[in-house]
Amino acid sequence: MSTGPITESAPGVAPEGRAPGRVKRPRARSDGAYWGILYGTTLIFVVVCATFLVTLVTSSFSAWGHSGLGLITGTTWNPDKQLYGALPLIIGTLVTSAIALVLAVPLGVLVAVALVHLVPRRLRTPMSSFVELLAAVPSVVFGGVGFLVLAPYFQQHFYPWLQSTTHSFGPFSGTFSTTSILLAGIVLFVMVLPTIVAFSRDAIAIVPEEQIEGAMSLGATRWQTLWKVVLPSARTGITGAVTLAAARALGETIAVAMVIGNYFKVPHSLLQGGTTLASALATQWDGATTLTISALGALAVILIAITAGVNYAGRSLLRRANQGATL
Amino acid sequence: MSVTTGIGELPADPILERRALIQSIARGSLARRAVVSRLMLGVCGLAFLAASTVLVWIVYLLVAKGFHWISINFFTQDPLTPTVFQQNLLGGIRNAIRGSIVIDGIALVIAIPVGIVAGHLLAVSENVFANAVRSTAEVMTGLPSILFGIFVYEFMIIRFHSHFSGFLGGLALTMIMVPVIMKASEISFRAVPASIREAGLSLGLSKGVVATRIVTPAAAPGLLTAVLLATSRAVGETAPLIWVIGNNYVATWSPYKQQTAIPIAIYNGILNGASPLQQAYAWGSALFLVAVVLCMNLGSRLLAAFLRRERH
Amino acid sequence: MDSAITVPTPSGAMTTGDVEDPRLGAIAMRLKDVSVSFHGRMAVRDVSFEVPDKRVTALIGPSGSGKTTLLRALNRLHDVTRGAKVEGEILLGNTNLYSREIHPTLTRMRVGMVFQRPNPFPTMSIFDNVVSGLRFNGVRKRAVLNEAAESALIAAALWDRVKDRLKMHASSLSGGEQQRLCIARALAVEPEVLLMDEPTSALDPVSTQRIEELLSELKARVSIVIVTHNMQQAARISDLCVFLLMGDDGAGEQIEVAPTQKLFTDPTDRRTLDYIQGRFG
Ligand SMILES: Nc1ncnc2c1ncn2[C@@H]1O[C@H](COP(=O)(O)OP(=O)(O)OP(=O)(O)O)[C@@H](O)[C@H]1O
Ligand SMILES: [Mg+2]
Repeated sequence: MSTGPITESAPGVAPEGRAPGRVKRPRARSDGAYWGILYGTTLIFVVVCATFLVTLVTSSFSAWGHSGLGLITGTTWNPDKQLYGALPLIIGTLVTSAIALVLAVPLGVLVAVALVHLVPRRLRTPMSSFVELLAAVPSVVFGGVGFLVLAPYFQQHFYPWLQSTTHSFGPFSGTFSTTSILLAGIVLFVMVLPTIVAFSRDAIAIVPEEQIEGAMSLGATRWQTLWKVVLPSARTGITGAVTLAAARALGETIAVAMVIGNYFKVPHSLLQGGTTLASALATQWDGATTLTISALGALAVILIAITAGVNYAGRSLLRRANQGATL
Repeated sequence: MSVTTGIGELPADPILERRALIQSIARGSLARRAVVSRLMLGVCGLAFLAASTVLVWIVYLLVAKGFHWISINFFTQDPLTPTVFQQNLLGGIRNAIRGSIVIDGIALVIAIPVGIVAGHLLAVSENVFANAVRSTAEVMTGLPSILFGIFVYEFMIIRFHSHFSGFLGGLALTMIMVPVIMKASEISFRAVPASIREAGLSLGLSKGVVATRIVTPAAAPGLLTAVLLATSRAVGETAPLIWVIGNNYVATWSPYKQQTAIPIAIYNGILNGASPLQQAYAWGSALFLVAVVLCMNLGSRLLAAFLRRERH
Repeated sequence: MDSAITVPTPSGAMTTGDVEDPRLGAIAMRLKDVSVSFHGRMAVRDVSFEVPDKRVTALIGPSGSGKTTLLRALNRLHDVTRGAKVEGEILLGNTNLYSREIHPTLTRMRVGMVFQRPNPFPTMSIFDNVVSGLRFNGVRKRAVLNEAAESALIAAALWDRVKDRLKMHASSLSGGEQQRLCIARALAVEPEVLLMDEPTSALDPVSTQRIEELLSELKARVSIVIVTHNMQQAARISDLCVFLLMGDDGAGEQIEVAPTQKLFTDPTDRRTLDYIQGRFG
């Protein structure tokens, strides 16, 4: 890499580069190379990120031109007929993520409480790592276990049981196959659990001891202290944890593609197949026309907007929670 | 007279009256509150057990269904064509292993220098540019990985008429690894005491020499953690690869040919998987992949914990 | 041997007339050979004294002499500290707080605590903070809550400041006001004894003075045990003084218990004299 021109444009270099004096010159020049390499390399990263965004946005132009806002509001996705309505995908994305969070938030927060307030302090890190290791298991393995083990079990036992106990109530009505929106939600639930546990645990652990003692000294039981004082104090951090988990669920691709059934209509029951934005990107690509590829580009852009926004919100919340603790 | 419990007396004092009332309510509700507390703490404990069981269960499943298929052949042979239905003729996943090595190797070769140098920049400067890069890296780590596959496809295959290859897979994985390495190495660089850096500078060494000869070696174990973490994430990635690497059934080291990878072998094995043979590939590969990924992840955690202890 | 030495009194206003001994009145709490250890290491050894009813008892002593440790034993806060062990008897009325007859939760509502740093619950409103103890203990009736909140806030000299903004967050108050809120919160459950651990050390002089004034009014309502580092403060506000000092093995021991005026003018023990004259600690 040539460092010369980059050195000139790199901020922070100018004062050193212009340092006068014969003795300083060799050192100043090599400091220039140092900053040049740092900024040059980092600039490559920035340029690639920008290219990434621009490429995906431009690739989606022809699809937006073809379908307009119908891309978001249209209820039919049928590439054969050049119909690109992503509403079923958006609904599928939101519903599967909602199922995942409804299950994972209470469980994850309780696990975090246990890690901070039940597990002995010395075991906290190893025990947490054990739960967090779940996040290291590749998506395709979750998808595989979901498809090969859970799906047949659900079809034979769980769906019939669910329908008989709920009398096929609305979301659980209709005929079912092996893969379904519910199954995808449950697989996602397991996948986002470590995220919620790890970040809520940190949020709960930084609640000051004096808050806890304040509650105890008023006659609160341990659970009252946790429920009325500790969890409310940690709520910003916990919300951040849930938001990050949501970002993960909204963007999960392969595992969902393997268990959701890839059915491209607006779903009427959780026991039916469905699809999500991210999983459609994995399944709709094979043998696609140019226009379909562009429509997938449009899905990618929608997905970037959603996940980047939610992820950013989650990180801001976590930052705010941590600052609150140090003040 | 000498005891002031406030109970049993006939107080005219409103304070004593209220004290008696509050204490009787507290006493009355105590049993319920104590039981609820016990119960809910028990529920927390159960939740923790349940969450820990998931990993155990998955590993158990993989071992129970996959271990059986793993043999020397599994690593040294290419898959036999799916028309062969005798179990003893089951081939291996040599092609996928080799593909993973090629693809992840390419990604590492690019991502390690870029990620570490950029991480160094984030550690030493606090200007607008550094903050923008830091935020960008955070957003990038949160994006669904398939987007990087689509990007490489659009940019390299559509725009520059490249073709499916392991190299493109490596590029897609690079984009996953760089932000991870960057963020983690920033932390390790920041952990190097400023005194070390200043000592070097005061000897008249240039910043570049101090950075490469003094600061980087001091941060090396942390950087290794960062690389391990990023690799353990990239090795298991499926989604970005399906857009760009094509497929193959014969192992090759060439980065320019179509490739496959272990997670792809699992994905295909399952989705084509009416036949038990295909599922056998999937389970065996999944066991192998999870073993590799968990070892790397665990290694990076242990290393990080060890470093934390060293520092204190 | 040293009893002939005349001691300059920290508070000039103190007279040398007859000392009223607060130990002659009713007794709120009785400590018998109380020891506290952490992981087998003694932090406080064999402390015995009686807390007089409706009086202020000051715990004084140099840093590390176990004042906080002893105070926390009095409402069983050590129960949640790993490795902490309390021995001896602490009688509240006729019940030993560490016997099975009384649940620690009930102990803690009967013996309230105000901490060194104001610790209002940040997510609750001022009103909710004050009545939080009542709610923890199962009080639901709105009328009782309102009445107790008002009475406690008046007693903590905070009512006029906050009566129009009870719905606001506690964090909107100043440090001194937050500490008075914590006092109100502790008072609202009508404890029999109120423990205070250096309640003014995190406050400015004006807020400190307000809280000191408050204490002399509060003792009509509740017996107070206060830890303080400040000799003048102890002399000004307390009726009985307990002097603790670290022994050779690092465990705090009780050196002298005496009516405040006596302890400051005519201490029996040489070490007390040294301490109040500022020769160590
Ligand atoms: N949780 C604990 N674990 C172990 N040791 C403790 C704990 N709390 C206090 N100690 C020890 O008990 C001894 C007395 O401490 P304590 O805080 O009671 O002193 P203090 O008189 O309140 O001091 P200060 O005036 O500085 O507040 C100290 O040696 C301290 O190290
Ligand atoms: Mg103390």
